[in-house]
Amino acid sequence: MLRRRLNRLCGGDEERVDSRTIYVGHRPCPDTEAFIPSKFCDNRIVSSKYTVWNFLPKNLFEQFRRIANFYFLIIFLVQVIVDTPTSPVTSGLPLFFVITVTAIKQGYEDWLRHKADKEVNKYPVTVLEDGRSVKKESEKIKVGDVVEVVEDETFPCDLILLQSSREDGTCFVTTASLDGESNHKTHYTVPDIEKDLQTLTSAIECEQPQPDLYKFVGRMHIYKLEQEPVVRSLGPENLLLKGATLKNTKKIYGVSVYTGMETKMALNYQGKSQKRSAVEKSINAFLLVYLSILISKAVVCTTLKYVWQSKEGQDEPWYNQKTQKEKDTNMYLKMFTDFLSFMVLFNFIIPVSMYVTVEMQKFLGSFFITWDKDFFDPEIQEGALVNTSDLNEELGQVEYVFTDKTGTLTQNNMEFIECCIDGFQYRYRDTQSEVDGFTVTDGPVNKLQQKAGWEKEELFLRALCLCHTVQVKEAGSEVLVDQVDGIDGLLSQPEEERGFIASSPDEIALVKGAMKYGFTFLGLESKSMKIKNRQNDIEEYKLLHVLNFDPVRRRMSVIVQTKSGETLLFCKGADSSIFPRVRPEEVDRIRMHVERNATEGYRTLCVAYKQLSAEEYAMADTGLREARLALQDREEKLMAMYNQVEMGMSLIGATAVEDRLQEEAAETMEALQGAGMKVWVLTGDKMETAKSTCYACRLFQRGTELLELTVRTLEDEKLNRDQKLHELLQEYHNKAVKDAPPVKAGVTRSWSTANQDYGFIIDGATLSLLMNPPHDADASQYKSLFLQICQNCTAVLCCRMAPLQKAQIVKMVKNSQGSPITLSIGDGANDVSMILEAHVGIGIKGKEGRQAVRNSDYAIPKLKHLKKLLLAHGHLYYVRIAHLVQYFFYKNLCFILPQFLYQFFCGYSQQPLYDAAYLTMYNICFTSMPILAYSLLEQHISIEILLHNAALYREIANNAMLRWRPFLYWTVLGIFQGLMFFFGVRFLFSNPALQDNGQVFGNWSYGTIVFTVLVFTVTLKLALDTRHWTWINHFVIWGSLAFYVFFSFFWGGIIWPFLKQQRLYFVFANVLSSVSAWLVIIILILLSLLPEILLVVLRKPRGHHSQQLSEDSSTDTNRWLRSLLSPTRI
Amino acid sequence: MMASSYNAKDEDGHLPGSVGSGGPGAVKSKKPDNTAFKQQRLPAWQPILTAGTVLPAFFMIGLIFIPIGIGLLVTSNNIKEFEIDYTGVDMSSPCFSCSQNYSWNSTSACTCSVPFTLDQPFESNVFMYYGLSNFYQNHRRYVKSRDDSQLNGDKSSLLNPSKECEPYRTSDKKSIAPCGAIANSLFNDTLELFYNHPNGSKITIHLEKTGIAWWTDKHVKFRNPGGNNNNLSSVFRDTSKPVNWHKPVYELDPSDPDNNGFVNEDFIVWMRTAALPTFRKLYRIIQKKKDNMTPTLPPGNYSLEVTYNYPVRSFDGRKRMILSTISWMGGKNPFLGIAYITVGSVCFFLGVVLLIIHHKYGNRNNSADIPN
Repeated sequence: MLRRRLNRLCGGDEERVDSRTIYVGHRPCPDTEAFIPSKFCDNRIVSSKYTVWNFLPKNLFEQFRRIANFYFLIIFLVQVIVDTPTSPVTSGLPLFFVITVTAIKQGYEDWLRHKADKEVNKYPVTVLEDGRSVKKESEKIKVGDVVEVVEDETFPCDLILLQSSREDGTCFVTTASLDGESNHKTHYTVPDIEKDLQTLTSAIECEQPQPDLYKFVGRMHIYKLEQEPVVRSLGPENLLLKGATLKNTKKIYGVSVYTGMETKMALNYQGKSQKRSAVEKSINAFLLVYLSILISKAVVCTTLKYVWQSKEGQDEPWYNQKTQKEKDTNMYLKMFTDFLSFMVLFNFIIPVSMYVTVEMQKFLGSFFITWDKDFFDPEIQEGALVNTSDLNEELGQVEYVFTDKTGTLTQNNMEFIECCIDGFQYRYRDTQSEVDGFTVTDGPVNKLQQKAGWEKEELFLRALCLCHTVQVKEAGSEVLVDQVDGIDGLLSQPEEERGFIASSPDEIALVKGAMKYGFTFLGLESKSMKIKNRQNDIEEYKLLHVLNFDPVRRRMSVIVQTKSGETLLFCKGADSSIFPRVRPEEVDRIRMHVERNATEGYRTLCVAYKQLSAEEYAMADTGLREARLALQDREEKLMAMYNQVEMGMSLIGATAVEDRLQEEAAETMEALQGAGMKVWVLTGDKMETAKSTCYACRLFQRGTELLELTVRTLEDEKLNRDQKLHELLQEYHNKAVKDAPPVKAGVTRSWSTANQDYGFIIDGATLSLLMNPPHDADASQYKSLFLQICQNCTAVLCCRMAPLQKAQIVKMVKNSQGSPITLSIGDGANDVSMILEAHVGIGIKGKEGRQAVRNSDYAIPKLKHLKKLLLAHGHLYYVRIAHLVQYFFYKNLCFILPQFLYQFFCGYSQQPLYDAAYLTMYNICFTSMPILAYSLLEQHISIEILLHNAALYREIANNAMLRWRPFLYWTVLGIFQGLMFFFGVRFLFSNPALQDNGQVFGNWSYGTIVFTVLVFTVTLKLALDTRHWTWINHFVIWGSLAFYVFFSFFWGGIIWPFLKQQRLYFVFANVLSSVSAWLVIIILILLSLLPEILLVVLRKPRGHHSQQLSEDSSTDTNRWLRSLLSPTRI
Repeated sequence: MMASSYNAKDEDGHLPGSVGSGGPGAVKSKKPDNTAFKQQRLPAWQPILTAGTVLPAFFMIGLIFIPIGIGLLVTSNNIKEFEIDYTGVDMSSPCFSCSQNYSWNSTSACTCSVPFTLDQPFESNVFMYYGLSNFYQNHRRYVKSRDDSQLNGDKSSLLNPSKECEPYRTSDKKSIAPCGAIANSLFNDTLELFYNHPNGSKITIHLEKTGIAWWTDKHVKFRNPGGNNNNLSSVFRDTSKPVNWHKPVYELDPSDPDNNGFVNEDFIVWMRTAALPTFRKLYRIIQKKKDNMTPTLPPGNYSLEVTYNYPVRSFDGRKRMILSTISWMGGKNPFLGIAYITVGSVCFFLGVVLLIIHHKYGNRNNSADIPN
């Protein structure tokens, strides 16, 4: 918008403005002839949705956009406009209640947001203006202002770092509140900036605001007096983001480039896309059924009304004349209003309160996850986190689990295990010696054996010490620095305590590993890296360039200059990315080690180096600088440059780092598979490592036949890759799908069956070939083959995946036939895409920052918690909500059915059977609390048994409790009971003289008896279903019934002045004074519940069921009973 | 949904810590409370209904319900009830001529006498009902056509009745009291009962006209306007009688001021709208004889003298007179007894069937009968 306005200011300039120009301190620059102070937005953050003025209309509008609310509004309006049987209050009151509660809640939340906004916007900041520091409110910062920030303050807007109090022109920043990563990140000042910011004249050209936190491209023109302007490139390392906090730095100055709603933080603020649960879809389907029931009821009644009226004398007998107005009304209009009246009369069949109750259940229910102390991890002092309560029940429906490997299955707690230098293996172990195929490993390297040459060793260890981006933590830095500078001293002590900070734990493990072998990295100071070698000498290297790691290249390099002036490039990375770049003859010696390490489950990295001649370096240097300065396509240019530099290296060795399995990883995976879930491991790691992790997690067992579809299996002399892919797919398909015993997919989850287990392995390259084959026609065929194979495999391993491919796989499975419910679990930024893609996204509060947690629906501290989250919480939530939904439809069906039947006896006149108070209160007061309590507290199977017996999870698979069959059962039950209520009382009223003094009952007594039976039956039905009676259940169930009785007495006990008609005056008391009424109430309740009791008895008791399962689940009785009950299992 | 909206605040990233507390999204770095409720470990009773626990219940229900049902059926059968239709549809019926030449405006009352015979003596108090068929007292337009505050003695409603009373709200520019369709269509046949003594004399049977309406209706819900003003005609001076009435409301029972005006019990009974189109309403009570030796209504010949005012032929209705004794369960109604016997038998039968199943298949279930 702003850009558009800017364009308009520029006078119809159609060209897109891709960059903005900022004048530091608003000082015009010599080059620009006219200084146009461009308009940027102010630094006000507005996260609130409403203002005082627009709250009511806007909020109401938002609320009535929900289809249910809108429906109830329509009903309400019909009641107001048309002469309807029930007063508008009956539907208006609940609607008003719902709307008000929601509005209050949203208003409160918005008030909190306002408060937070205000706090941020009014925060005092210091701005340099004309040489003076001026205190300002944060919201008044303009683009181009030079802002001062002191330690531990958050940056008020996006700043370009101009000056830091640290000598080396760096500052440390933590972005914990932005992406959750709590490590300190180093940011750099723009080089060549004068010390006096007052005289600094410069213009910054940078891209327009964009939300990517880690991308920034800009250029700074610095004008110096009588000199050529200097141009410096600006990258993310120069940009301090709003929301981040300054650490370890006394103060900095920066010029604001993006302000207010254009800061990256604000641009990143967006509601996550709403995930809808399967239960909600079921609700909507049921809703349609009930809506059609409602409409057909209204149509039937309207039709019959006119048929009935056509008989002479029925429509308008002498005792019941119409008003003049009614007589004048057009017949068709009358029909229509009659139809609407019937709709209104029966509209309670779709209850407003269900939505309220479902929301309450979800909201309150989610607390149990946060409260669960089993999810509490003492290490990080945190429990589980619920980001959305919409998906609680989805946790009980998971069919596919997609898990990340590193940090999720494994601890991401790296330990340097061994290395291989020039083909010789070194394993750090103090005592044990190990005989190996080609080398004897024995103790630390410095024992100097006749292995790799001394020089090679040193080179390798130096490479480990230099090739990284680790920082030394400066806790109590003074002492440490002193000791480091004082030459030999007591060196061992501070070394042990030295803390490292790095973005990846591998690097720390490597640096620590090198330390064990005698090479210690002391830190990076003003572009020079200091390491202490085995002779305790300090070596200094000048850091020239860092070629950053990224997941596509899968390697990183540094270019350093030794004291002696040599320029060296060290590179470390995955074997696949290093091997092609080194001399082939070196590869073979190392490859065996790498592969063996990988099969043992270690993470391997290869280390290579290259000596750069002066010319080579000069070329690389200029190339890199140019690429870094490029405003457009900087990434691509850099990538190309990196590739160019990292060529022709020589391989020195490889490292093996162990990543231990998470606690109970194997048990958790086993439980998930036992619960019928298919576990797919999606990892960026290499196949061998991932495979060994899978074996360790028992995802692959010894008997599992592995079907590999990787780059290696695709290598074939005769066929090209595409043909081979086709061939292999066919072969595996035959093996896994066609030859498998004919069982319906999805129904059997071949876990404990005797058939052959298959495991499937695919890698990223093959996957992309599979997804985008050269011939487009094959794509869908390949995909379906692939999916079919995967569905018949117990576990699938996808290795070498890019983050986007992970999401692609999730999406493919999600959209496959039967649309199974998927769950993604991961801990790192690379898992975010799949977490967002899956139905349920789970974040692990791991070590790789908190991006996964932020984007997840649920976050847990450890993988092992997944078991309880799914098997216990998910199962219970599903059962609870499914029961809640079914029960709601049921109780409203048998509520409204008698009212419908009554129309046949009152001349289709829309006469309500129940009093308006009962109509209104039924769903709000009399029957709402027990089901809410049930849906929060029910444990039809205790948590221990659920955890112990994973197979129980399969009982509710495929939305078992909300399928059409159980729905039909509940509907039939509702109809049966509704018929019972109505006709039971009907037969009783064949003689309405029911009191022992001969007095008679009228229509309101009729309705009250039916209603009493209804309330009791419906509540007791729930009581029958309750398997877990806590005192709360007792309280609400018996309390509701008592409340109903109390209310009825109270309501009928007083002549209410505000009521037009005293319909219920002493009706309830009179009903209860009649013995016959008591007897009919009792027998009708019993009769209505009889089928239910019978079913409960015949149904296999749950508690047992689980106990028996471990022994032997198919005895005669059980089979017999189950066959009897299978159609009605709910 | 609610939780997610709370969490949106966290993403704003403005004040970590101060916002976002309150929803489940906010986790304090404290260990969750180890309370039974929060850990879902509240002590709970976990009933497991099995064949073993329910079987006795079935037998119990059977054993209790069958006797109750038999008792109810016997009671119901012991109730004497006599019903006679006096609509006069048939040519042979004594009221035929009355039913034919009916007109609201006729000043002279048409009377007819319907003879009948009671075969059995009616002991104790006998209740006399009139019954109407195909009369939709529960029609919505009809049910709502009343003004309860007028009937409760409210002065302003008396002169300005509720809109619901239309088209029976005003007549001749005066408000109608009592207004509305229900009041307007008050049942106005007069029924009198005579015992034709075998010796030829015709004995009038005394019909008690109070005690037929609910106590609370008569004393609280219905009240004459003007409080204790006994001169009802002056109270109702500015009102008009319902169009179909022959006399104004204050002349419903001039003999008894406690049964006149709105608190007339015939009127109150009529105003309690019936549930179904075929209904009966209590009309009179025949008190039992003081001596207790002779039955209230000995067997023999009776005649019902009807002052035929109430037209029902136009809507194909019927009028009946019912004489009935009353038991503790009310009037004659075999339904309850039959229902109880049926349910009791079904339960008993099911109990037997379950027992067989239980024994044949479910021996191993025995250990499970104890709910844990």
